[in-house]
Amino acid sequence: MTTVAVKPATMGQALGRALRDAMADDPSVHVLGEDVGTLGGVFRVTDGLAKEFGDDRCTDTPLAEAGILGTAVGMAMYGLRPVVEMQFDAFAYPAFEQLISHVARMRNRTRGGMPLPITIRVPYGGGIGGVEHHSDSSEAYYMATPGLHVVTPATVADAYGLLRASIASDDPVVFLEPKRLYWSKADWNPDAPAGVDPIGKAVVRRAGRSATLLTYGPSVPVCLEAAEAARAEGWDLEVVDLRSLVPFDDETVTASVRRTGRAVVVHESGGFGGPGGEIAARVTERCFHHLEAPVLRVAGFDIPYPPPMLERHHLPGVDRILDAVARLQWEAES
Amino acid sequence: MTVMEQRGAYRPAPPPAWQLRTDPAPLLPDAEPYRVLGTDAARKADQELLLCLHGELVRGRRYNTQATALTKQGRLAVYPSSTGQEACEIAAALALREQDWLFPSYRDTLAAVARGLDPVAALTLLRGDWHTGYDPREHRIAPLCTPLATQLPHAVGLAHAARLKGDDVVALAMVGDGGTSEGDFHEALNFAAVWQAPVVFLVQNNGFAISVPLAKQTAAPSLAHKAVGYGMPGRLVDGNDAVAVHEVLSEAVHRAREGGGPTLIEAVTYRMEAHTNADDATRYRHDAEVEAWQDHDPILLVERELTERGLLDEDRRRTVRDDAEAMAADLRSRMNQEPALDPMDLFTHVYAEQTTQLREQAAQLRAELAAENEADGAGA
Repeated sequence: MTTVAVKPATMGQALGRALRDAMADDPSVHVLGEDVGTLGGVFRVTDGLAKEFGDDRCTDTPLAEAGILGTAVGMAMYGLRPVVEMQFDAFAYPAFEQLISHVARMRNRTRGGMPLPITIRVPYGGGIGGVEHHSDSSEAYYMATPGLHVVTPATVADAYGLLRASIASDDPVVFLEPKRLYWSKADWNPDAPAGVDPIGKAVVRRAGRSATLLTYGPSVPVCLEAAEAARAEGWDLEVVDLRSLVPFDDETVTASVRRTGRAVVVHESGGFGGPGGEIAARVTERCFHHLEAPVLRVAGFDIPYPPPMLERHHLPGVDRILDAVARLQWEAES
Repeated sequence: MTVMEQRGAYRPAPPPAWQLRTDPAPLLPDAEPYRVLGTDAARKADQELLLCLHGELVRGRRYNTQATALTKQGRLAVYPSSTGQEACEIAAALALREQDWLFPSYRDTLAAVARGLDPVAALTLLRGDWHTGYDPREHRIAPLCTPLATQLPHAVGLAHAARLKGDDVVALAMVGDGGTSEGDFHEALNFAAVWQAPVVFLVQNNGFAISVPLAKQTAAPSLAHKAVGYGMPGRLVDGNDAVAVHEVLSEAVHRAREGGGPTLIEAVTYRMEAHTNADDATRYRHDAEVEAWQDHDPILLVERELTERGLLDEDRRRTVRDDAEAMAADLRSRMNQEPALDPMDLFTHVYAEQTTQLREQAAQLRAELAAENEADGAGA
């Protein structure tokens, strides 16, 4: 019987390991982006890949996001499996036309003849003290584009598993990496990394009976913290980590909310036109007769992302989550 | 010594490590578009090539007039005609080998047909029964691209990938003069040059981007001159001279194949029709300008040379005309049949595997269709 060496690893390391393993397993996997080669990426996620696989497999491109994604489209048309890195959330915007007009549509346009297995890694979200254009939560834009999968991990193990699954997917995946979780640590065995369920499965991170917190990415640890704090108030909160916004796992979400009868959606993205509106609507449509209170949203304010010295007022925190839970019409219980 | 005197004595060295990265002189295009037909060089043009080009040009012109007629009959949603630009379209297709790839814009249906694509399948986008009517991998023709210049980086990526795999493949990317103002044009040329990708960029400068003339599009000496800024050669060619276009394109394809990297070619031509059937060209240009180009028609230029050589008798004309008419008749008859449509196709190819949400929506549409059928049945 072998014992497995389990040691702490960061999410950034797990992501890098996922890239490395995918490249080793499949010679058609190519990494390209700004500073991904010699430097190893500004977050060091691609560290060592150029050295191990050469510049042709891990390529420093000219500084042009539309060009990076546009050439990745052509590479995928020829049978490669490109993984592109957009350096920061807001720096991905120049690539939007390629993403929306081609990446998302090529399979449909060609009746399945030309699928584009491209993974687009985007560090997203705030909380790292970044100056303007370094902290956007851009998931709503991607969710609103049919043809894309939108995936985001919240744990070290999921970072590995979901990235492997995204690279293996024959559809384009926007892989949103919560940048403030890059340095989060967990016991994780890099020599026997576990796979994950196929893309599109949410997971219950914490079972509870009083209400469900529906969340993803950087807000998952915040919700878990809020759930611990809620015990003092007598609430036993369930936390569902969506993991994938597209496809959306209605089944897991519906089952949880039907069990608890109450739900709060939590995300950093702005509330108006944000993912929470869609999620709340889906929950209401499917769980109306099980709900004890309206589905509430705890989101970032509907403002341009704040400067770093003010961002703590913007990001959903434990108190704001607990305030929302308190508004879930508990008086009806007594 | 005063401070000013000290400054006068100071001789700055060039910035460390600076040097000119490449000699710009060999990259510069000629001052005038390259021509063969109507010059002494025409005598040396291959007879078989001339006859082939003539047949294809006549066929191409007939394709354009037939497709335009189909818009008037409601059989095509829209048709951006390449009438007057057939030399560019045909030569683009003929310069490529079997394994090479063509990246057409929405005006380049004819190039796809000249490459061997079924004329009806080439019109799927413009007929509107689907977005693309053929398998790009089977024909090595990318889907006709509507968003301007966005197909150019695809061509670069594909050519780059082929080169990484060690395959002998060249990508030919087509774009119009207006498209050269787009950011994707710039990024594609830059990536192609940095990667030395085997790509040929063919700009058909037909004078107008819908209504906007070239003078409002660029202040460059010519569009071919833009190549120099990327470190690739620029070539300027008479786009109505089919022999010249074929020669310049073939050279560029050969150069790319041999590892010489990308080339930017500007073919100077003229859009004889409006932007599409939905456009009114009289609002932005005069008939006199159009008439001036009629004497420089690509078919006329080849026919003059063939006549000079005594190769264009009535028999030959009839053969070429009959071939074109047969193609047009076949196109007409097949386009007059209603295309097969299945509304459920709307959900089939969005993802490799349908999401739960799409399965639900497909069920909804299926129920709506069933109700429609029932109502039709009851009404009958």
